[in-house]
Amino acid sequence: MAHWSTRGNDQSISRKLRDVNWGLVLLITVIASLGFTALYSAAGGDIDPWADRQMARFAVGLIIMLVIAVTDIRIWMRLSYVIYAIGLVLLIAVELVGRIGMGAQRWLDLGIVHVQPSEIMKIALVLTLARYFHGLSYEDIGRIRWLVLPLAIVLVPVVLVIKQPDLGTAMLLLASSGAVFFFTGVRAWKFMLVIIGGGAALPIAWNFLHDYQKRRVLTFMNPEEDPLGSGYHILQSKIALGSGGFSGKGFMQGTQSHLSFLPEKQTDFIFTMFAEEHGLIGALVLIALYILLIAYGYAIALRSRSQYGRLLAGGLTTMLFLYVFINIAMVSGLVPVVGVPLPLFSYGGTAMMTLLVGIGLLVNVYVHRDVEIPRHMSGPLS
Amino acid sequence: MAINRRDNDLQRVFTRRALLLGTAQLGLFGALAARLYYLQVMEAHKYHLLAEENRINMRLLPPRRGRVLDRFGTELASNRRNYRVMIVAEQTRNVDATLEALSKLIQVDDTQRARVKREIERRRKFVPVVVAENLSWDDFAKINLHSPDLPGVQLDVGETRDYPYAQTFSHVVGYVGAVAENELGDDPLLELPGFRIGKSGVEKVYDERLRGRAGHSQIEVNAYGRAIRELERYNGQQGDDVVLTIDADLQRFAQERFGEDSGAAVVMDIHTGEILALVSNPGYDPNWFNVGITGPQWRQLNNDKYKPLINKAIAGQYPPGSTYKMLVGIAALESGSMTPETRVFCPGHMDFGNNTFHCWKKGGHGTMNYVSALEESCDVYFYEAAKRTGVDKIGEVARKLGLGDFTGIDLTGERRGIIPTRAWKQGALGQPWHPGENLVIGIGQGYVTTTPLQLAVMTARLANGGYAVPPRIVRKEDGFGPATDQRPASQRWPSLNIKREQLDLALEGMIRVTAPPRGTAAGARIMQAQYAMAGKTGSSQVRRISRLERETRVRKNEEKPWEERDHALFVAYAPISAPRYACAVIIEHGGSGAKAAAPVARDIMLECQKLDPSRRPRSAPGPTTTTASGTAPAATKDGG
Repeated sequence: MAHWSTRGNDQSISRKLRDVNWGLVLLITVIASLGFTALYSAAGGDIDPWADRQMARFAVGLIIMLVIAVTDIRIWMRLSYVIYAIGLVLLIAVELVGRIGMGAQRWLDLGIVHVQPSEIMKIALVLTLARYFHGLSYEDIGRIRWLVLPLAIVLVPVVLVIKQPDLGTAMLLLASSGAVFFFTGVRAWKFMLVIIGGGAALPIAWNFLHDYQKRRVLTFMNPEEDPLGSGYHILQSKIALGSGGFSGKGFMQGTQSHLSFLPEKQTDFIFTMFAEEHGLIGALVLIALYILLIAYGYAIALRSRSQYGRLLAGGLTTMLFLYVFINIAMVSGLVPVVGVPLPLFSYGGTAMMTLLVGIGLLVNVYVHRDVEIPRHMSGPLS
Repeated sequence: MAINRRDNDLQRVFTRRALLLGTAQLGLFGALAARLYYLQVMEAHKYHLLAEENRINMRLLPPRRGRVLDRFGTELASNRRNYRVMIVAEQTRNVDATLEALSKLIQVDDTQRARVKREIERRRKFVPVVVAENLSWDDFAKINLHSPDLPGVQLDVGETRDYPYAQTFSHVVGYVGAVAENELGDDPLLELPGFRIGKSGVEKVYDERLRGRAGHSQIEVNAYGRAIRELERYNGQQGDDVVLTIDADLQRFAQERFGEDSGAAVVMDIHTGEILALVSNPGYDPNWFNVGITGPQWRQLNNDKYKPLINKAIAGQYPPGSTYKMLVGIAALESGSMTPETRVFCPGHMDFGNNTFHCWKKGGHGTMNYVSALEESCDVYFYEAAKRTGVDKIGEVARKLGLGDFTGIDLTGERRGIIPTRAWKQGALGQPWHPGENLVIGIGQGYVTTTPLQLAVMTARLANGGYAVPPRIVRKEDGFGPATDQRPASQRWPSLNIKREQLDLALEGMIRVTAPPRGTAAGARIMQAQYAMAGKTGSSQVRRISRLERETRVRKNEEKPWEERDHALFVAYAPISAPRYACAVIIEHGGSGAKAAAPVARDIMLECQKLDPSRRPRSAPGPTTTTASGTAPAATKDGG
């Protein structure tokens, strides 16, 4: 680590802060602010109990984001494996002593705070894969033996998360990891192989699903069949969306949400409430903001001069996309109900923190876009 | 530089694939937009309706049922408060759990549960189903307190029907009961929980008038069914009251006069046709049906040999016996087969073909004419009259006087009775008429059956001078007290074309029936001249007296089991000087008309004239009623 010659390798904090992508920060602030108005409406026109807390979290999260953004990218690279290891230990701990929450073991009580190891793993997995692949050459990618270790890195936490059981998060982990593999240039036919193999294993996997998971899938297939049972959520959500119409019922006028027909209107189904009150127009504006955010993510990835930065930004952006897509597809009845929040919008501290940490890393890649990182730095000992 | 080239490779691959994935993601967002367009634009109308359906609960507001009043405004059927608890299936996820929770507060037994679940199946999900009604205030308050733990439970203060006189008016007013499945019709009211409709009597015939029109209230509710606010309300229209022609005091007196006896009595105004009392004893308590009759109560009513559920005044069909004789005589006079002077010798029997027809008086009456034959109720005279006149002519007069067909009274279950003719026998039994059958028709036996109401109508038509007065039980014009139209029958109703002289002979005979020394009902006459009553006794055989019995000894009524005793009948009008009221009384298996029915008729007629319901103004209360006084000691004379 003697001389990293080119520009951008050493920047002062103030220089970095100036370099922060403030447009991106503005964008997430706009999205989060729309979220605050939605939470205000969800509480029946009251800042309490959701909007105020969400705003406080966002403010704190924004500071954490900036701290993460200006911390040298190489420090993050060094810490990647450590963070992964911590995440893995916590996942195992949750498996052993996890407290029961929502019928599944997801939370770990660390005395002062409750942490959700699977949330840590979402970021940690991308960090780790990015670091690992940073050390591989183009030729190495083509060799299967270099793919065994990263596959294990992905599958161990995925299996642990499935066991919790949290199918939604597991699929999110799998899909965002898959995207990182894809970005590195792993051959397309290998992906096809995995997808076909996975498809063939589906009937077997079905038998391992919990009853409530099976029911969710079945309900998704035909929500109208049992409107007061498990299909209730999807059906009420569709009614809320549809009745919102083109221009919506107006702010705070959503009957479905305000009369409690809509379940969990402040968390997973907040998009529905927003679209009921603001109509198709409001929904499309919100989606456009998310598209803009994701486009920013890709732009950052493409600007990065290091493979680590590219993969990190690409992986995080894909994860962001998956959140937004799965949530909206779920509430509009395109995919089964899985507990995925709408980024920056849904009420919830853990999700907000995970997202802002992720976006912090994204901005970090932008700030350090010109830092060149030698391949050998990816080695486990450096 | 090799390293750089490879790095470039990696960057190129990344760029290509990032663009690829980004494009795919954009495409997926496009799919989301399309989905939202489908839901929010193409299907918006459908979902808008569903949202409104979610949000708005239509509640029917049951109208207050109209009251049933007597001619002076006394309430015979009214409404009282009813505390009810109901369950709305769509507002609870688990009906069983809710019922279980409810059963910890009030008693909910298994049959109730089964009924509630059955009704929930049958009705639309948003219709509340009654779990229990007529709750005490304490129970009601208790449920109210616990309502947060009872999803789907609805409390309600409704109104329920109340029959303050219980038995007395059961056959006139009738009763209301829960709507049966086959009664569900267009009126959404019928689907309302615990809604009652008329099942018999005036309650049934005038149900639509009494029912009123439903109001409705649009209520915005949240997902748990809690009402948020009322959006719109229309109160509906309460049912109209129905005013009867009945005088409650007279009805009560008549009912009580029957005591333990099974029978019926009808009192009517011979000019207006207003029914002033219509009694069928025993009655039943209509409140039982309203609240929901229990198994034991139902069995008790059904197994009672006095048949309390049958309105004997209009549905009881009895041979009229000797009360038929007036019209047999009129038929004979009209046909010319007999004249007022025609004399018939009664030796106590009459032979025809191979049969002997007996007179009730074993020794015979001697020589009789129409009037004396009525006075002493001689059977042989009327055997002769019927033999000469023939069944068809008798039937013609009987029909004119209102027998053999529905009187058209506004009550349920009326029967028409039978007035036989040749054609009738051919049609009904497929047999020709035998001349010998004419004879028993002459004394109102054989195939002849009539209802007490028909007999009262017959008597009224005889007493009013032969005008076709129809009976009615509901006031047409509103208001209380005397009918506004006080014209006599001759100016109101079509004439029956019975000659005045012939009618007068019949009435003369009836006047002599209650006169000593030979009148069959002289013992039951009214002593006060201004209230004097004319009438005719009748005893109708339930069972044919066998030849063996005739030859040995005819058993007295008191010796026979109740079911085999004769029915006792009496028809009457009063006062003789200016007839106004007509009455028919039957005591089932009471024995002789003179001994059993005539005293009852006398007391009712005396009370009726004292109360004078046809002329009494509304403000004047009826005189306090006592049992009839100033009557002769019971006579022992027997009537045919």
